[in-house]
Amino acid sequence: MAGMDKKNIHFVVNGDPVSALVGPEWTLLRALRDGVGLTGTKEGCGAGECGACTVLVDGTAVNSCLFPALEAEGRSVTTVEGLTQADGNLHPLQKAFIEYGAVQCGFCTPGALMSSKALLDQNPDPSAHQIKVALAGNLCRCTGYTQIVEAVQAAAAEMNGTAAAAVGNGSGAAASGAGATGAASDTALAGVTGAVDQPSHASTSGEVTA
Amino acid sequence: MNPPVITEQERAQKELAVVGKGIPKADAGVKVTGQAQYMHDLELPNMLYGKILYSDRASARIVSIDTSEAERIPGVKAVLTAYNTPEIRFGFLKDNMALKKDRVRQYRDEVAAVAATTPELAEAAIKAIVVHYEDLPAVFDPEEAMQEGAPLVHELNPKGEPNKDNRLRLPWKFSAGDVEAGEAASAFIAEGEYETGWVTHCCLGTAGCVAAFDPDDNLTMYSITQIPSLAKADFQEAMKAMGVRGKVRVVLTTLGGGFGSKLDTYAFEYIAMLLAHRTKKPVKILFDREEEFFATSPRQPTRIKIRQGCDAEGRLTFRDISMVLDNGAYTSWGATTPTVMMMPSSSLYQVENVRFRATCVYTNNTYAQAMRGYGTPQVTFAIESNLDELAEKAGIEGYEFRLKNANLPDTVTPQGFKVDSCGHVPCLEAVAERMDWAGYRAAKAARLAGDATGAGGDATLVESDTAGVPPVAQAAWTELPDKVRGIGMACLLHVGGGAKIYKSDGCGTLIKVDDLGYVDVYSGSMDMGQGLDTILRQIVAETLGLGVDRINVVIGDTDVCPWDAGAHASRSTFVAGNSALYAAQQVREQILNSAADILDTPRDGLDLTGGMVVCADDPEKTTKIEKVLRKAHFASAGNTMFMAAYFYEPPTDLLAGDFKGNYSMAYAWGCHGVEVEVDRRTGQIDIVRYIAAHDVGKAINPLLLRGQILGGGLQGIGWALAEEMIFDEGKLLNPNFRDYKMLTALDSVDVEPILVEDPAAAGPYGAKGIGEPGLVPTAPAIANAIYDAVGIRLRKLPMKPEMVLAAIMEAEGR
Repeated sequence: MAGMDKKNIHFVVNGDPVSALVGPEWTLLRALRDGVGLTGTKEGCGAGECGACTVLVDGTAVNSCLFPALEAEGRSVTTVEGLTQADGNLHPLQKAFIEYGAVQCGFCTPGALMSSKALLDQNPDPSAHQIKVALAGNLCRCTGYTQIVEAVQAAAAEMNGTAAAAVGNGSGAAASGAGATGAASDTALAGVTGAVDQPSHASTSGEVTA
Repeated sequence: MNPPVITEQERAQKELAVVGKGIPKADAGVKVTGQAQYMHDLELPNMLYGKILYSDRASARIVSIDTSEAERIPGVKAVLTAYNTPEIRFGFLKDNMALKKDRVRQYRDEVAAVAATTPELAEAAIKAIVVHYEDLPAVFDPEEAMQEGAPLVHELNPKGEPNKDNRLRLPWKFSAGDVEAGEAASAFIAEGEYETGWVTHCCLGTAGCVAAFDPDDNLTMYSITQIPSLAKADFQEAMKAMGVRGKVRVVLTTLGGGFGSKLDTYAFEYIAMLLAHRTKKPVKILFDREEEFFATSPRQPTRIKIRQGCDAEGRLTFRDISMVLDNGAYTSWGATTPTVMMMPSSSLYQVENVRFRATCVYTNNTYAQAMRGYGTPQVTFAIESNLDELAEKAGIEGYEFRLKNANLPDTVTPQGFKVDSCGHVPCLEAVAERMDWAGYRAAKAARLAGDATGAGGDATLVESDTAGVPPVAQAAWTELPDKVRGIGMACLLHVGGGAKIYKSDGCGTLIKVDDLGYVDVYSGSMDMGQGLDTILRQIVAETLGLGVDRINVVIGDTDVCPWDAGAHASRSTFVAGNSALYAAQQVREQILNSAADILDTPRDGLDLTGGMVVCADDPEKTTKIEKVLRKAHFASAGNTMFMAAYFYEPPTDLLAGDFKGNYSMAYAWGCHGVEVEVDRRTGQIDIVRYIAAHDVGKAINPLLLRGQILGGGLQGIGWALAEEMIFDEGKLLNPNFRDYKMLTALDSVDVEPILVEDPAAAGPYGAKGIGEPGLVPTAPAIANAIYDAVGIRLRKLPMKPEMVLAAIMEAEGR
């Protein structure tokens, strides 16, 4: 019976050493959600086809629904909860996803963020095509992917310091044409933000409230 | 109650502070940090896990169900069948039951259900149930199902009367003018048959619920429904059937997508209620991906016959549409999609003589329901493809043909739609301009001319196209380039101001303001990712002169939120938006009237803006809004706080009988233009360019609106080119993302939206709905472009490479 051979595994999650009692059939996804209590990582298919469960294992993006929990012993795992920086500030990817409209229902978002993080860790200045390749295993039904790709490009620019304040402090200033096109290392982004008839995204709350 | 109109002029004079701005989605922060709570994340103390045993036959008599072994498994707390539970009927015609008794009619029929302490034990218990069936005749083709002598899917109707055949007795007929006279007056007529199959929503978050009863038999249903108020009524009715007296509360978790999949209640929700009531513990049912594919209801498949005609000048003379819809074994709200298909059928382009008939037919296939567009994508595929065929017959270029017949502002359509704002022509023109339509056509004509004189055999032929030239008249096909390009366009008409398919199309809003200037907005509407939460923030913030950070939108709890008809028909921004707007205007008046007393100044000189009560007459009296709020609350006498309620019911017509009337408060128009490249060797279609022009009235939030167009657009492109649920005699063969081809990031198309803002007089700040239109004209635009490229008319979706290749090879005589 399941559960009879449960074993304690010891691994590092988002920088903290943790242990979890897992069964031999458990996936890393289940260990994270049921064992460690981190439910930010989502199960969309349980078969490695949708990417919603993507986490980083020693820096590599994996489908945690396919990764055996026992194999996590001694490894370092990063989940969406670990993207948020120690000082509480959001990672540039998280900020950009918010400000570029890359989040609708949000169920694919944790996985898409982690695949993007793995990409930027390897390739700090990816083209739109390279981003699409990196995200090809992360299905999204809401967005049509375009705004996700734009967000990853904006985050890359922010992290490279090539876009002055392209990603702001959550006040909605980011997607203004100037910031975004200035950030573009790839003509696709310029085409998108310039041609979209998207009125400038003036700051909102900051201006309006006294 | 009439909406207050006093602030309209004031508002018009003011520059908008937050409406019209691309403000990020209100819950994006909790979603990017993993804090959002979806159904998958909801755990209640003492909760059990429910699991359903489905039929493994398409049509059979249930001979016996043996649950004894399942009941003996430790940890299994309940094993239910139709034989030990009250009958719960549900669905649009009440022809469906939570648990099936005596016979099954489709593979997904729920035969038994269990609740256990772990999901694994529930699974084991399901596997331990033994059901004996005796197969019955089945029918899987809707046209065969209409034949005399076809096996009856339901022998009796829900009233217990015998059914004569498999046709649903639904009155989906419309006619206007005189189609025969129109046909007689036609110089050209085009006819065709078009077919669309099953596609499904593919919500990334699978469906589920948690049902929990308190000791007084009140039910809290944690749900992902798109129709909280209607679902509450459904569940309340089921309580009655169960003999349970308590009341129902529906509480939404965050939804992992909707797209119409949650416009009906499902058997699993009633089963969770039965299990929870039997065990006196909360019961969670969460679908796995395979269940999500086979046990939720897909888009209604259609077979559409269409005839259209025009006079010698290319003006439409008549349109005649008849269709058969595969209803599947039970009837959901999806069976009403023909009432919405009537809309483009009667009113897209100016055509006086129109006839529309739709027949929904029971089969032993999975039962279908609504999906983004609610039937309009299917019928628009037929109308807009056939329109290109007619234009060609008339010798008129497709764009010119459309312009000639386009809808105009301030007109009434044959169905009685009062079209005031109408961006049809501007959308057409925007696409033509962005794609340099005339230039493209001229270049093509030049290439073809060059080709004919033998001067075209150079590299300029690489992007040659051949449309309009019969294959036999072409130069040797083998001499054509492997990859050829073409352009196509298609338009859309959709409801943009609600749609009265239910007896109320309304939405209620409650607003309260605290002493610190924070505002809680309780709306009956809901959010499935589209951004209604944010739109309401913006509308209320604008009206009260506050920043969006002061506005908290509370949705998804029927105990505190007023009634709403649900998130469908692209209605929420318009209807829930108006409801919130009018409630906010009441609060605004309350605040300004109090401020006039407190500041001892005339009301007329006061305004709310930038978080201040602004006094134009005496700037020294300008003060922070929260000071006024506190002075009113903590006054020595006449203490008050500010709150308001408003129920907005669009003054539209519930269509029945002849189906004539004004269906919506605004109509949304659009035009998509696409350039494709067709590989003649493989049939592969590449989208080179995709333009989506939409008349949105007013973009309340261009960032989120763009997301609706991009997301709807790619969903539509997937529908056109790749997506297909493959059934073999009612059995779904591809219930997973490996075999169901949803487009990935790598397949994605950079859809270029163009926003046409022709304000809707009755819309909140002029807005029209935009949730569905982005998907509607995708397939015909692509089909028309493929025809333009290779002269092949594809009339069946999806236009997969193998179908394209087969058609090309046939045309080329290969």
